[in-house]
Amino acid sequence: MPTDNLQNYQPQLHPAAVTIITGHYGSGKTNFAMNLSLAYQHQGEDVTLCDIDIVNPYFRSADFAPLCAEHGIHLITPPFANSNLDTPILTGQVDGAITNGACVVLDVGGDDAGAVALGRYQEKITARESYQMILVVNQCRPLTATAEDVVAMIDDINRASKLSITHIVNNSNLGPDTTLEQITTSLDYGAKIIELSGIPLLYQAIPRKLLDPICARTVPDNRLLQLYEERKIFPVDIFVKAPWTP
Amino acid sequence: MTAKQTERVLMKGNEAMAEAAIQAGCRHFFGYPITPSTEIAAYMSKRMPKVGGTYLQAESEVAAINMVLGAAAAGVRVMTGSSSPGISLKSEGVSYLAGCDLPCVIINVQRGGPGLGGIQPSQADYWQATKAWGHGDFQILVYAPSTVQEMVNLMMEAFDKADEYRIPALMLVDGLLGQMMEPIVFPEKDLSKLPEKPWATNGHKHKREHNIVNSLCLKPDELEQQVIARFARYDVIKEREAKAEEYLVDDADIVLVAFGATARTTRSAVDMAREKGIKAGMIRPITLWPFPEKIIQKASKTAQCFLSVEMSMGQMIDDIKLAINCAKPVHFYGRTGGMVPMPVDILGKIEELARGLK
Repeated sequence: MPTDNLQNYQPQLHPAAVTIITGHYGSGKTNFAMNLSLAYQHQGEDVTLCDIDIVNPYFRSADFAPLCAEHGIHLITPPFANSNLDTPILTGQVDGAITNGACVVLDVGGDDAGAVALGRYQEKITARESYQMILVVNQCRPLTATAEDVVAMIDDINRASKLSITHIVNNSNLGPDTTLEQITTSLDYGAKIIELSGIPLLYQAIPRKLLDPICARTVPDNRLLQLYEERKIFPVDIFVKAPWTP
Repeated sequence: MTAKQTERVLMKGNEAMAEAAIQAGCRHFFGYPITPSTEIAAYMSKRMPKVGGTYLQAESEVAAINMVLGAAAAGVRVMTGSSSPGISLKSEGVSYLAGCDLPCVIINVQRGGPGLGGIQPSQADYWQATKAWGHGDFQILVYAPSTVQEMVNLMMEAFDKADEYRIPALMLVDGLLGQMMEPIVFPEKDLSKLPEKPWATNGHKHKREHNIVNSLCLKPDELEQQVIARFARYDVIKEREAKAEEYLVDDADIVLVAFGATARTTRSAVDMAREKGIKAGMIRPITLWPFPEKIIQKASKTAQCFLSVEMSMGQMIDDIKLAINCAKPVHFYGRTGGMVPMPVDILGKIEELARGLK
């Protein structure tokens, strides 16, 4: 049984040799990848976070270099990430990490266009003792607003990556305006995706600031409480910020 | 768009402008992808087929802008989008669009320049947008939103105003706004009342004379009269369409002037200055052409000085000086090449100016 103490709550973690974070543009992959890496690292794993986003010019894992250094997470980024050189280069460091890393988290670019970068690593990933491929979904993103949209995207990403998505993370959010009500609304969406795709839910992501009422069991929707009991609520801190955000 | 229009959604600036165009009745997009505006083309490629529209990735920016000219001449709502180097390539076509009095909407998601420059955000295409985006005597409407919601609202307005005045309209944004995500609502748009275009070359069907859309004029005196008539229309636009937001300006000793993403870091700096007891305020031009001269002029009666904050080497300074007839000093703080002026650095400049005030 989980404790009711907010400070002590931890989601059930399932670290694998390789954890792949994929999904639609702007679904929150990079922020979730950073949160998951921190959670793994704090549980004692030796985490390597690889930014293999070859499509996004701004707001990427490379932004988190100081945070990773502070927590002892190895960070591998394209050599020219966040510079003025617009070239999608992935170095041999990524191959090395995927082959030998103890606990590798891959932050992949959006959609099937971003998942193409995974294809070249398919043999190395499947050769490892364990891997999981997580699809991050957000109902508030117009092109993935329905379960049917998401199922079509699963097929596209599986085909482009030559791998198969193994878990869903429901990260439905409106950025800084996310509310528990909006998250509760998204539970049906998450359930429908699981029903249509047959892929299990790994986590329901929730901004950490909204965790209190769930821990206090004061939310009206029992499904959130059940997810909490199952330790499938994943509290996320917001690391991706605009220059004017305090 | 599968979500209901009244629902809030989370979108990137680039995607939001593309969706706003579709909801404003745009069914034709011609473009060529370039960082940091590529999401506009990517989004249009997915959405246009679903709404019965046309998405075409042209062989070059020059081809794309001329396709825009053709579609605009036929009377449909049409747009293109690019980033700084691609925008320069379009300049010939923009001049022809202006010379043909054709409405269209163009997005420039600015990146560092000159030349190939870089892919990080910039506002260094201000001069190009407001002064000389092509040859000849002409102006275009220039909008400068500073939030994703405002990108949506102004995109819809840009289509209406372009049609109303038969003029190209530019959305001048920067890479930061184009790439960032914010929650937005799409306002309901009534497409049943789009303006008639009796000048369009869309087939006379033996019911009227031929319409001709052309920027060529063989007689110099006629060309002069065309240009004079166009500039009379520009006077109307200057009178009616200049827009700016005022923030804490009434009692401000130091009035900062900033637009786009820079206005957001500047607003934070103004708040920090106020907490320190410095009377700072901000004017945020929402249209860059027409420039909101009257609002800035009004502030010059009470302000002791102005501070232009830009992601460039100071391309807006002259417009501020002209607006106030050089009545007060106009200072500058800016970063360029892809660097963003941060609140703490702008605050440093405000404090420096405050120490010099009477």
